[in-house]
Amino acid sequence: MGETRRCDVLVVGAGPGGYVAAIRAAQLGLSTVIVEADKAGGTCLIRGCIPSKAIIHAAERFEHLGQHASDGGHMGIFVDGEPKVDMAAMVSWKDSIVERLNKGVEALLKGAGAELVKGWATFEGPKRCTVETSDGTVGIEAENVIIATGSSHIDLPFMPCDEEFVLSSTGALDLERLPKSAAIVGGGYIGLELGCALAKLGTEVTVVEGLDSILAIMDAELRRPLEIWLKKHGVSVHTNALARGAEIKGKGAARKVELTFEKGGEEQSIKVDKILVTVGRKPNTKGWGLENMGVRMDAAGRFIRIDRRCRTSVPGIYAIGDVAGEPMLAHKASAQGEMVAEIIAGHEREFDKVAIPAIVFTEPEIISVGLTPQEAEERGEQVIVGKFPLAASGRALSIEAEKTGGFVRVTARESDHVILGVQAVGTHVAEMHAEFVLALEMGALLEDVAGTVHAHPTMSEAFHESVLKTLGHAIHIG
Amino acid sequence: MGKHVFKLPDIGEGVVEGEVVQWHVTAGDAVTEDDPIVDVMTDKATVTIPSPVTGIVTSLSGEVGEMVAVGSTLVEFDSDAAAASASEPEVTPEPEVEPEAESSPTPAPAPEPVAEPTPTAAKPAPAPAASSSRVLASPAIRRRAREGGVDLAQVRGSGPAGRVRHADLDAYIAADGAVTGAAPSSYSTKRTEVTEVKVVGLRRKIAEQMTISKSTIPHFSYFEEVDVTELEALRQVLNSSRDESQPKLTYLPFIMLALSRIMPEHPECNAHYDDQGGVVARHGAVNIGIATQTGRGLYVPVVKHVEAMDAWQAAAEMQRVASAARDGTASLEDLTGSTFTITSLGRDGGLGATPIINHPEVAILGVHKAREMPVVREGQIVVRRIMNLSSSFDHRVVDGADGAALVQHLRRMLEHPALIFM
Repeated sequence: MGETRRCDVLVVGAGPGGYVAAIRAAQLGLSTVIVEADKAGGTCLIRGCIPSKAIIHAAERFEHLGQHASDGGHMGIFVDGEPKVDMAAMVSWKDSIVERLNKGVEALLKGAGAELVKGWATFEGPKRCTVETSDGTVGIEAENVIIATGSSHIDLPFMPCDEEFVLSSTGALDLERLPKSAAIVGGGYIGLELGCALAKLGTEVTVVEGLDSILAIMDAELRRPLEIWLKKHGVSVHTNALARGAEIKGKGAARKVELTFEKGGEEQSIKVDKILVTVGRKPNTKGWGLENMGVRMDAAGRFIRIDRRCRTSVPGIYAIGDVAGEPMLAHKASAQGEMVAEIIAGHEREFDKVAIPAIVFTEPEIISVGLTPQEAEERGEQVIVGKFPLAASGRALSIEAEKTGGFVRVTARESDHVILGVQAVGTHVAEMHAEFVLALEMGALLEDVAGTVHAHPTMSEAFHESVLKTLGHAIHIG
Repeated sequence: MGKHVFKLPDIGEGVVEGEVVQWHVTAGDAVTEDDPIVDVMTDKATVTIPSPVTGIVTSLSGEVGEMVAVGSTLVEFDSDAAAASASEPEVTPEPEVEPEAESSPTPAPAPEPVAEPTPTAAKPAPAPAASSSRVLASPAIRRRAREGGVDLAQVRGSGPAGRVRHADLDAYIAADGAVTGAAPSSYSTKRTEVTEVKVVGLRRKIAEQMTISKSTIPHFSYFEEVDVTELEALRQVLNSSRDESQPKLTYLPFIMLALSRIMPEHPECNAHYDDQGGVVARHGAVNIGIATQTGRGLYVPVVKHVEAMDAWQAAAEMQRVASAARDGTASLEDLTGSTFTITSLGRDGGLGATPIINHPEVAILGVHKAREMPVVREGQIVVRRIMNLSSSFDHRVVDGADGAALVQHLRRMLEHPALIFM
């Protein structure tokens, strides 16, 4: 074995949790090593959030061009001829963005003084691992370890991903040709985001979902505009439908894949170019020696068990991000990573967030911050709820954001007007979430938002108005 | 396998029942083994009972304030439900995956054997501190509080809806906790809230004990001031020459020692009066109860056989029992058997008080803050260190003259501290 390196902090995994932890640790003067077998950036940056948002944006462009190219044009703008998609070129444009960000992360790590070791780490003990790098084996011993190994795609054993006909989300973001038809198994947020983008690009999309509704993480009122959009855009949605298997049919270039699923006791099948399997993600707890670290798992044995300081059961070992529990969201991982680095540096910190925002980049986009009215009531709160439709917002009309029937909905405690949660659905609403989450963290009352001037004409006025509506005196709706 | 019935275990010698003080869970909650589920109070100790299994709480027995017998059902768990529900991803429930077909099966943990509860009543785990995230405060304030070691739940928020402002934290820190928050931002805000606090657990015991003491004992109170200038000088000398293993001496060990010396001459004051049986039990032992304020309320830990101690031993033992009471680690032995009680409010001692006798004792002494005062000695105004003593006696069995005699005797000892050691 080669050299053994010693450091204050060893970060395992350079995703949005790990790389933030490493940068912050290095900023605080701790000698920091971060190990990553793939490119720095993690699922989020390399094959998740960022690439999918690029494809979603491109698909939206394409859809708009289609509107301008249709008979009669749109908004007085006409385009001659049909817009076309070159999927390989779109993917390479997406890759250029991913590459810039990947380089950016590596530069930031270097700039902060954190050492990136590229290779697969295997732990022999709680604070000792060996990394297989292209230059040989490196041993690392650390005072503190931050586990940030993330999560990965869940395969269906009876139809494993071959990334040719049966794709994971990773494969779906690296298509060579636009499929004419695609079936999406699992109508959660990952499948639906990609499904909406494919539908905009012209793919005939079918969604097969086992529960009685798609996107079960959001309530019925928030899902409704999405369900209408899917219906209008020819996306077939099968709920209460269980995938049973996939079989490749035909020969040569004409090969297709047949998806069999069971719905209402009957077996159905559809032939499509691609099947996309998005049935969820599992924490990466195997294959790198976690079992040699002695950390305790949660009750179900699924995630690493952590406390409010992200400490595991072994002193000096921390776990952050997807491997340490729900919600599996990049921004939660980053916030935990920053906090853990500061804790190791001796600061008093605790993960005391009031809310972790969740955003689904479908068409329309859906945001949830804090409690929904139902969740608040289940906790015994007496609440008041106000809803403001984007159709009453001048800005929404001028950018056609109202067409998907969106709204902003505010839930507040009736007795003291503390805002407990804000949800929104609609085209271009995602960026609005920041004000919602700030309001919750600051402990804002309805009156705080009501007393804040929101610039006209902007989408954010809809938040202001929904708060006024909750107080019973909205201006732009009755 | 699934259903697990958890009964109130034997939580201390001779304990037959306990009072439910606080539930940490409600029906439907998922718990992990060792998570705190309930606080139960027995005679004087509160025990936090951990969950024996990992599972879902299906039912609770016993309201807060209710007495539960040892061996009766306390909590019922469904220990299979936890595995089943927790193994489903919350964010993306994807039911196409049939459990048996899952590629990475998450086996349900076998129900584990019943864990013994925290074994001794003398070692109750403190209830988890109220999480500061429940307090309405901005992230910057939460960070400041955490870094300053301030529990935000203790700070009174003067902002709207009780939101904690920087000014509240400033006021709290500046006054070292004596002021809980800033003045309301608007004096025009009328406060109309009424907070109902259930009198349960130790608070109820204190209430019952006080009612017995005050309603059955006809108290008379007597006050005197003591010149402790010499005692102070002696104390300073002893403290400056003490070694590191010795505790710092306050006035209390001297007072305890003095009392133990003079009690044989005042046996009617070091006694228990059994008013039902009509018997006064005069004790040879001088076991002095020290009224101690703790985070959970008033405790009276006891220093036993002060008559057989020197000042250092008395100080060390007093320190031990008082901290045990504060930490909640005091044993039943530490908390019972006093024959006479001293109450001292230390820095907040004030000028005088009318202490309530610790039934069935017959006398109690209140010690007040010593301070420099102008006094007249031989026609001259001089500065002397003066300490006030308040005392109460059970007038049924201690006559006024006898009570006064005890206090005067004590005063002489303290003013001429050499007498204590003669």
